[in-house]
Parts: sequence; structure tokens; C-alpha cells
Amino acid sequence: MQIAIASGKGGTGKTTLSVALAQVWDGPVQLLDCDVEEPNASIFLSLKSQTEKRVFVPVPAVDSARCTGCGKCAAICQFNALAVAGKTVLVFTELCHSCGGCARICPEKAITEVPFSVGTIRQGQSGNIQFMEGRLDVGRAMAPPVIRAVKKAADPKLPVLIDCPPGTSCPMITAVKGSDFILLVTEPTPFGLHDLTLAVETVRLLNIPFGVIINRSDAGDNRVVEYCKRENIRLLLQIPESRKIAEACSRGESILSAAPELAPSLRNLLEEIR
Amino acid sequence: MKIAVSTSGNDLNAPLDPRFGRAARFVIYETETGTFELADNSQNLNAAQGAGIQAAQNAASTGAAAVISGHFGPKAFRVLSASKIAVYPSTAATVREALDLYAAGKLTAAQDADVEGHWM
Repeated sequence: MQIAIASGKGGTGKTTLSVALAQVWDGPVQLLDCDVEEPNASIFLSLKSQTEKRVFVPVPAVDSARCTGCGKCAAICQFNALAVAGKTVLVFTELCHSCGGCARICPEKAITEVPFSVGTIRQGQSGNIQFMEGRLDVGRAMAPPVIRAVKKAADPKLPVLIDCPPGTSCPMITAVKGSDFILLVTEPTPFGLHDLTLAVETVRLLNIPFGVIINRSDAGDNRVVEYCKRENIRLLLQIPESRKIAEACSRGESILSAAPELAPSLRNLLEEIR
Repeated sequence: MKIAVSTSGNDLNAPLDPRFGRAARFVIYETETGTFELADNSQNLNAAQGAGIQAAQNAASTGAAAVISGHFGPKAFRVLSASKIAVYPSTAATVREALDLYAAGKLTAAQDADVEGHWM
């Protein structure tokens, strides 16, 4: 079972909810923080026995002794990561998507793929939660390789909860891919609805069952509820605005410590979608 | 020698495009004959990334020994300097004005990129 917690709009409560769902999970569960550009779920967990490993992607290295400057590598690269200047090939490593096309097409076998470090995976344990986090290195632009590495590190035999990056572009899609269900967390505001709509369109294209959770449900208006009705979208849970919860979050505590009454509804929600 | 000047237009009176990578085309001016040709660069208008790199290769393939544009990012500059092409940033309004400034020796060759990538 793999459940992704996504949103469209940032700051709606994905991480808060992911952590709480992991905490009420009956038995061992893996929580993957795939928001690798700013992972923060670990703030809410006291992690024991942490391990770390680097994430590498293959990028081209050109052997100038063999290179004839024919330009086939630059021509096949869809991301302009290679350029030919005179008889020299220049590599723009940060633009490379690691497809390997350049190494294959080079008639002189002058290109080899070498590892390039892009981020870190951290693992740790907190109660029933096996936690994994990806962290993209500062200055790197591409999150998906790090997200894929986190997901690969998970044990496919154990249940997985994925705290996704916001938005609906490659990082979000990489994070939700392969999930059995997607929880879309939103807020009852124009911005919340706008980005929820984008997220709904995206997960419909991916053909993954999904439902909506409205966080701080009484802080705005009724537009998200109406949208869900109109679109026949399952509205799974509404969490009212609460100063107590906000205070707990600001101290790095789980919402369940401030609002233990949420635990049964979260368990019900998991029952419903499992 | 040939000079490539970035532009959105089709002749010497057209405006100088301040963007190098995402300029629609280059006027390739031949200083010896005073004639020019156009080199297309429009594939880069909507490129997700690497427009400067591609534009620099386009300019190099015309045989230009110098390029004039508003600004040059770091990747474009790297390709142009590796191709031994002189890089001249200019605030000229039109292609002709830029070429006149160059002929009068009033443009200074850049030693490095003058803007970050994606500056606009």
C-alpha cells in the first residue's frame, strides 16, 4: 500500500498530516519525505539511529584525446547539456537529465558516464515509523533523481506514506507515481481551490484514485466543498482551524499532541481508502 | 570578418534584442562587403533550458568572429569564448547603431558573463 499526500498549493498541511497519519498507522509504516527541496517532516519526529548516503546521477565525461568534435552528442541532447565549440565538447553538468544518449551515440566511444553527486538520503526510526528523507544539494535544480532514490530505498513489502512536494510539475509527479491513493490537502481559499484544481487535473491524468482533505476548513469559504461536489470528488476529512494545532506545529510537535481527538478520524480515513 | 548581432527584426534598422539566448535571430554582418544575412535562432524562444548554449553554437556556425547583444549569461559566454568568438555587450537601440559603435571602437569586449542565467 502506497499513499501519497500532495496538494498543489504549498503550505496546506501535507507534512503535518503525513506525520500524523504515520503516527496513527496500525503497525510499522514507512514515511518518505519526498519534498527534497525543503524536507521538514523530520522536525516533527525524534529520530533514532540515523544513517546517511549520497545520491549520484550519471553525467557525461568527454575524453578529449578520442573526441573528434563531430557534435553528435550535442545534437542528440534535448537539454543542451553538451555544446561543441571548435573541436572541443563542453559539458554543462547541471543541465544533464542522465539519459545516457550522448555516450551511446558517440562514434569514437569518447564519452563515459561518471557519477555526479546531487543530494542525500537520510534514514531513521521513530516508534512505528521508518523514516526516509531526500535532500537536494543547494545549487542543484533537478529534484526527481533524489525523489526516485528515496522511493527506491523504501521496502516495497511495507506500507508507504509519501510527503510530496507542492506543485504539479515533475517533482510532484515523480513523488506520487506508483501510489495506490493520493490525498490532496487543500485550504478553503481562492488560492487553495485554484491549485487544488490543477492537482486534480494532474492526478486524473495519472489515473490514480484520490480524495480531498480540507485543512483549516472554517478559515475561508465554501468554494472547495462546492467544487468537490460538482466534480464528484471524495471529500474525506475537514480539519477546523485551531490555534492549539498552530502552536503545537510551531514547537515542532505533532498535531495529535494538540488535538488527540483527530486520531480516530485519521484512522477512519485510512480504513476508508485502504 | 562576420559579426552576429541579436535582433527581433530582419534588417539593420531593426531593434537590437537585449537577450542573446532567446533572440529570434541574428543579423550576420560582413564588415568587408557591408552586406548581411539572417541566421535563425527561434528554436530557442521556448527552450526549457540551455537557450544561451544553443544560441552560442548557432552564432558560431555562421562563422562570426564577434557577437553583439544586450547581455550574455555564463553558459553562453563559456561556449562563445571556447569558440574564440569575441563578446560585446551593448545598449545600442538598433543593429545598425551597434555595428557603428563597434566600427568606431566604442564597444568593449566582455571578459566574463555580465548577467546571471535567466536574467530576464
